[in-house]
This record gives sequence, C-alpha cells and structure tokens, in this order.
Amino acid sequence: MSLKPAPLTKLISMTTQVKNKLNVVINGIEVSCDTDSRVLDAIRSAGFDVPTLCYDERSGPQGTCRMCLVDVEVDGQTQQVAACTAFSSDKMAIDTHSDSITQYRKTILELLLSETSSPANCPKCISFKKCELHTAAEEYGAKWDAFPSLIPREVPQDDNPFIQRDSDYCISCFRCTNICNDWEQAGAITVEGRGQNSSIASYFNNKLLESPCTFCGQCINTCPTGALTDRKIVGTTKAENLERTKTICPYCGVGCGIHLLTEDGKLKGTEPDFDAPSRGSLCVKGQFASWEFVKSEERLKYPLIKENGAFRRASWDEALDLITDRFTGIRDESGPDSLVCWSSARSVTEANYLMQKFARIGIGTNNIDNCSRT
Amino acid sequence: MAVMVGKGAMTNSIEELAGTDLLLVAGSNTTEAHPVIAIRMKRAVRNGAKLIVIDPRKTELATLATRHLQIKIGTDIPLFNAFAHVMIKENLYDREYVESRTEGFDELAKHVEFYTPEYAAEICGVPAEEIIAAAREYAAASGKAAICYTLGITEHSCGSHNVQSVANLGMLGGNFGKPNAGVNPLRGQNNVQGASDSGALPTDLPGYQKIESPGVREKFEKAWGSELPKRRGITKITAMDQMLRGRVRGVYIMGENTVISDPNTNHAQAALEATDFIVVQDIFMTDTAKLADVVLPAASFAESDGTFANSERRVQRVRPAIKPVGESRPDVDILLDLMSRFNVPQDLHSASDVWDEMRKLSPLFGGITYDRLDAESGIQWPCPTEDHPGTQYLHKDQMDSGMPGYFAPVDHIPPAEPTDAEYPLVLTTGRRRSTYHTGTQTGRASGFDLLVPSELAEINPFDAEQLELTEGQMVRVSSRRGTVKVPIKVTDKSPHGTVFMSFAFPELTQTNRLTSDAYDFITETPEFKACAIRIDKIESSSHEAD
Repeated sequence: MSLKPAPLTKLISMTTQVKNKLNVVINGIEVSCDTDSRVLDAIRSAGFDVPTLCYDERSGPQGTCRMCLVDVEVDGQTQQVAACTAFSSDKMAIDTHSDSITQYRKTILELLLSETSSPANCPKCISFKKCELHTAAEEYGAKWDAFPSLIPREVPQDDNPFIQRDSDYCISCFRCTNICNDWEQAGAITVEGRGQNSSIASYFNNKLLESPCTFCGQCINTCPTGALTDRKIVGTTKAENLERTKTICPYCGVGCGIHLLTEDGKLKGTEPDFDAPSRGSLCVKGQFASWEFVKSEERLKYPLIKENGAFRRASWDEALDLITDRFTGIRDESGPDSLVCWSSARSVTEANYLMQKFARIGIGTNNIDNCSRT
Repeated sequence: MAVMVGKGAMTNSIEELAGTDLLLVAGSNTTEAHPVIAIRMKRAVRNGAKLIVIDPRKTELATLATRHLQIKIGTDIPLFNAFAHVMIKENLYDREYVESRTEGFDELAKHVEFYTPEYAAEICGVPAEEIIAAAREYAAASGKAAICYTLGITEHSCGSHNVQSVANLGMLGGNFGKPNAGVNPLRGQNNVQGASDSGALPTDLPGYQKIESPGVREKFEKAWGSELPKRRGITKITAMDQMLRGRVRGVYIMGENTVISDPNTNHAQAALEATDFIVVQDIFMTDTAKLADVVLPAASFAESDGTFANSERRVQRVRPAIKPVGESRPDVDILLDLMSRFNVPQDLHSASDVWDEMRKLSPLFGGITYDRLDAESGIQWPCPTEDHPGTQYLHKDQMDSGMPGYFAPVDHIPPAEPTDAEYPLVLTTGRRRSTYHTGTQTGRASGFDLLVPSELAEINPFDAEQLELTEGQMVRVSSRRGTVKVPIKVTDKSPHGTVFMSFAFPELTQTNRLTSDAYDFITETPEFKACAIRIDKIESSSHEAD
C-alpha cells in the first residue's frame, strides 16, 4: 500500500494564518512552497518523486532508510540531505536523480534486499499489489542476490487471525512501530535487539493477542514490504486481478474511507483509503470485519412471506403487492396515522429520503422516524 | 442543542480535535466506540492539550486524562452547572462573546448560583476542589476548548437537559464558531446523521425543515405534486405504546434490529406482536425480521450506491463493489418500486436522481453534487451552492440559527429508576471496540470471538467480593423487566455499584431485556445508561429451568 504524497501541511492548513512562501528549484523547475515545508513536500508538489521506505506522513519523518537522499545546492555548495527530514530554504536547488544518488539508492536497495526473502514470493506483491520495496528495486535495477543473504531469521510464531508477520521480508524501517506508538498510541509493538539482529516484536515477545494490540491494522497498511499483511486476505487473491472500489466503512459515525477489494466480481477484503479525510485510519471493525458479513451464507436472498407462522419464498411482485394491499387496507380502515415507517441509520441517505417521502405521500402520514435516538 | 444554537451535529471537524488546547470528553468511551476519533484526541494530548474526562467508568481515555471526574451515573447537570457557577463567580467566562453572541446569561447566572461546587460534589460524588480546578482549566482554554460527548450524555431521561447544560459551557467559554473548539456530539452509526438529514423524522422534512414552519409544507407539496399530512408524526417510542393500544396497526422497518437494540426487549416485542402487519427490510433474518409478515432482502452497503453523512456533517459517496447477492435489491431500488405501486408521482431511477431531488429542496446540501463528491472526497454541510466549499466548523460569524445562542437554565433530574434493596446495582450499557451494536455484522467476522468471546457483565472488584463472584462465573442479571444470563468480568473500570454490559451477543444475552423504558421527554431518547438491577449466582448444582 503506497502512501499518497499527502502534504504535511494538511493539518497545518486547519489554522487560518497566512504563511510566507519561498521558492525552490527541483530538477530545474521552480516551485513555490511554504516556509515550513520539507524538501520532500517540495519535490512532490513539483510532480517528482523519490522512494521513501521509512516515511509515513502521519507519524512524521525519521530519516533512517536513506532512500530519499537528494543532492541539494545551496550557495554553490552541493550536499546530500534526506528529503523527508530536511526543510526547504529559499533558492535551494534540488537534484532528485543525479548519477551518484541513483547509484547510491541502488546499493541501499541491494543491501535491504539481502535482508529479505526472494521477491518472487513476496506475499504483498502476490496478493495485494507490488510492495514499495520491490517497486523501488525494479525501478533502480537492484538485484536481490547482490550481497550475501541474511535470512532466514529466527522469529517467534504468532498465530493471531488478523495480522500475518513474515520477518523474512522485514527491512527494519520502523514504520510499523512508529504508527503503532506515535499515531495510534497503542504501544503494542517495538524494536527488539540491535543492528542486524533487530526485529519487530510485541513487548517481551508476547503474542499480539496478549499485547495491547487493538488490531487496527495500521501496521499492515504502512508496511512497505510483505512483512505485515492481512491474514484474512493474503494467499486468497492475485494482485493483478484485484479491483478496488472507493467507499465508506459500514460501522460507526466517523465514516472512514475504505477500498473494497474484489476479484472477478467477488468480495475479497478491505483496505483503508488514504485519500479520504480519515487519512487511512481504521479500527479493528473497519479493517477486519467490514466485508465477511456481506458474503455470509445467512444473507437473505429472496423475499419471504409468512403463512401460518412459517416463512415461504415469494417473488418480489408478490411481496410488494401484498405490502401494498395490506397497507392500503389498514389505511382505509384506520387512517394513515395507523401506519408507521422506521428508517435506517445503516442505509444510504437516499433510501432514508425515499422512506420519508413514501410515508408522507405514499401513505399520507408523518409517522416516520429513524434510530437516531437509540 | 438544536434549540439553543441551531443544528444538532458536531460543530467542528474530527481532524480539528488534534489541534485543540483542551478536550472535555463527557459520556464518551471514545477509544472503544470511536477509535479513529480517539486517535486525534490522543494526539492532542501528546501535543500538550489538557484532557478532562467525565465518566462514571474508568475508561481507557480516562487513564490518559489530565483529570478524570468519575461522577455518579446521571449527575452530569449538577456538575456542568457547577462549572458554570465557578466560571461566572470567578469571572472566567468569555464576557465579550457572551455579550455579543448569546442571550439569557443573567437567568443562567441566577440559576447556577445555587449549584456551588460543594453542592455538586455531594450529588456527583467527586471532590469540590476537582470540580473547581476542572472548571478553571476549561475556562483558561477559552476559544480553544473542544467538548465531545456521546450517548453517556444523551441516553438519559434528562438527556436533552444534559446536552443543554453542556452547550451552556460551550457558550460561556466562547467556544462555538472557532476552529479546534466547539461542542461535538459524536454520532454512533455510519449514517445516523444522514438519516436525520434526509427528513426521516416525525417533525422535519429533508434538511431539518420543520413541517409546521410557514411555507415549508407548501414548498414540498409543490415539488412532490401531492398533498402532505399536516399533523406531525410520532416517534418510535410513542409508536410502540400505540401499537399496544391498537392505534398503530402496521409498521415498515428498514434496516433496524428493533427488538434487540431498543430498550426493554419484552415491551418492544409485545408491541410489534400487537400489530396486524409488519414489513422488515434487512440483510439478515434478525430477531426483528422473525416477527415480520413480509421480509424483503436488502442489498448491503457493498452492493449499494448512495451517500453516508458522518459525524462531522461530511457527505461521502458509497459505491457498489459487487452485485447484490441472490435476489436482494438495494434499499433505494426497493422503495422506488414500492412507491410506484402507491402511485407516488416521481421520475426517479437511481440514487443519484434521488440525491438531486433532495438537495434541490434543501438549502443545507444544495451545492453538494455527486460529481463534486467524487472529486472532493466528501463535503461538509452546510453547502448551499455549487461554488460553496462546505463548512469545516459551524457558527463562525453568528450562530447557525441566525439568532443569538440561548442559555438554558436546567436542573438535576436523577435517573428514572433508583436502586433499592431488591435491585441494588446500576446497569449502564455501551459499546466495545471489537463488537458492533447487535452483532449482526461483527458476529459474522472470523477471529472476532478471540477478541471478545461473549457478553460480559463488568463489575467492580469490591462488589464482586460482596456478592462472592469470581471472574468468568455465570450469573443471572435481573431488572424489573427481565432476566439474562452472562459471565462476570471483575474490573475496576466499573465503579462501585455499577455494572457495564454491551448488547452485541443477542443469541445468549439479550441485554435490552433489562433496560428501562424511561425516556427523555423532549427527544424521546431512551435511558439506556441507567437502570436498577440485581445479580444472583447460578448454583452449579441446580438446573436452570429456562
């Protein structure tokens, strides 16, 4: 799941003060940006991009993966800075893809790849979409076997039903621990060990189900590799066949944006929508419970009419005609106010609108209510 | 709140909460019920904002709070009146704001004179010094303090007065009409806002236009080409009473598990059974659908086109990802078909047609089109014209009502059902993060049984010891209305004398068999947050005959 280059300024724009602007030149193109914008914001606002394997705009820059290093020329001096952490300055000239930087990124990627299993088996690339690590590796022509392999590693098994952890794809970017500790503030996972022995673990190597983990799934969604995936989906889908439909989570009134994943017209799962105002946030319900119920065998599949205390299958015409007959019959006998309609806080606004219109001019009563009181 | 300042909706936006100086969270278990809003609250706290949590339970948010006022259930009004008392007595309220934007200050000042912190402390069960300190902190953040509340405020027999006492504080602090501030009810269900926006209310036509206001009915009669009933309708609560009296004979229920979600299940069930004809339109055979004469299979959200409006008044597009299962049909489709059988004169064929008719009749959403929703990731109402950007926060230059904000002097009303020797404990109901409402959706998601395996009656360790109950023990919980069986969870989240339950496991534990049918006399919102119960051990040797 790639993070859209959403600007750090999204939050700041909530305040009303007018800001000064400064001008920077990116690959020869001059752009204007806010005085407090990072080099990365300037690069992306100019329509360019650099790989960012440890950066998630929500938990902020940390500058550890070094993939976003760019050449910066200030006052005739060229230096390399990490675009995610460095601030822009006026008249700054930035080269995002100089030969030396390109070569440097390739080497870093090959070192990172040496910490991982073969790209051919990456669970994210196979089941969801090409992961950020392997996208960058392809772009820079980085080879998986350029350096001696550091895997397999020894890691404890965690058999929770939601989050699949495959440490042999972990590049220790720490996006997951940052999102868990700084953004969600759940504090479920941390970095264990040092250097090449470091790994992501829940505190004291507990299983996630025994940790403060709320299974919000944000670690999965920020992970730039196949190390963390949605266990309910992984292995059941083919990335190249997946279609995504932008919609809204069916649970609470926060209204987080989601994508429903489908393959051949069949529902396969959910991912957060990073472009929605909810900025990719979900809770355990939206992430892991927003689609299975749709496919439940217990869904009602045809109209039912009760006869002698038992339901029988009916056609739509039969069911709707019966409703029409009975409702008009009751209305004629006892007046329109002897009928009531209760609308649904679960259904779309348009259906609610039709329900109140039906009550008011179909039946002729204002006896229409919804469950906003309960 | 609508009575005092205009609309009953979040005044501000969810993202703004992260940038506030002070959060006052009352009757909202945000980390469980609105986890994604809680993230913004936690960020505010990390950025240095003060957090005052007012809740009888020691919620997760309360453990992060600068100050947790653990009041007795149903004592919000004396607490907020005491806040007002302190702010006025110590001259800490926003005088300029009060003078320019509000009316009724003198009456309020006189009214709350009586509510000294000491008097409130006695009723609420928290020290007077805590009340004074919290009131001062709230006042000190004047213009940058956000109040958030949820059903812990509204689901009381004095719910609307609770809200008014909260809104009083919003005005005293000058917090209406400012960014990162306001008074924010967090809405419970995905489209509870949209359902009300659309006019599915007994008193309101779409866009909160009152049926009884001059000219409104005529406008809709002209647009809809049909006469409209003049008399306001009845609420669900009233309708259920009238069912038992034979005055309401037929009911059409769309997407609601009334029997399980409404208070006093036995009463709700008896009411529905007393009618002649019930239609239920739903995606599952719920306990409510089982009572129906006709059940119509509806399409789910994943198969429907339309919009949801969220808690911050943001209208967002819902899009179908798959075809409806079996012969099920989207709600819009079913209702259009039914309306044609009732000869409703209209030329509507899709959700988009319906939305366009609604927006053209409602200035509140007049400028929100499907094309804009696709391009802009949702738009917050009010949005009267197509070139209007939508409204991030309400009441900016004046109260949304176009009138001054009216202070409401309100008095303490204790919960309708006090505890006594027979029913010595208070039951309060609410939500848990990994279950939702009546469990029809989360109950069908794999793995969720590992997170919360069943209903649990959360009880304070002291009470558990008194009753000789141990963790996990199965007990019988009874109120004057019914009895359920449930295992015990011993936790100091529940204060002494109070038991907490959700209602997400109706197959084994129908919590609302216990709840009270008391309700707020203005909004008719039921008092889910307090009823008197007793807990009895189930002796393992005896056989339960039920």
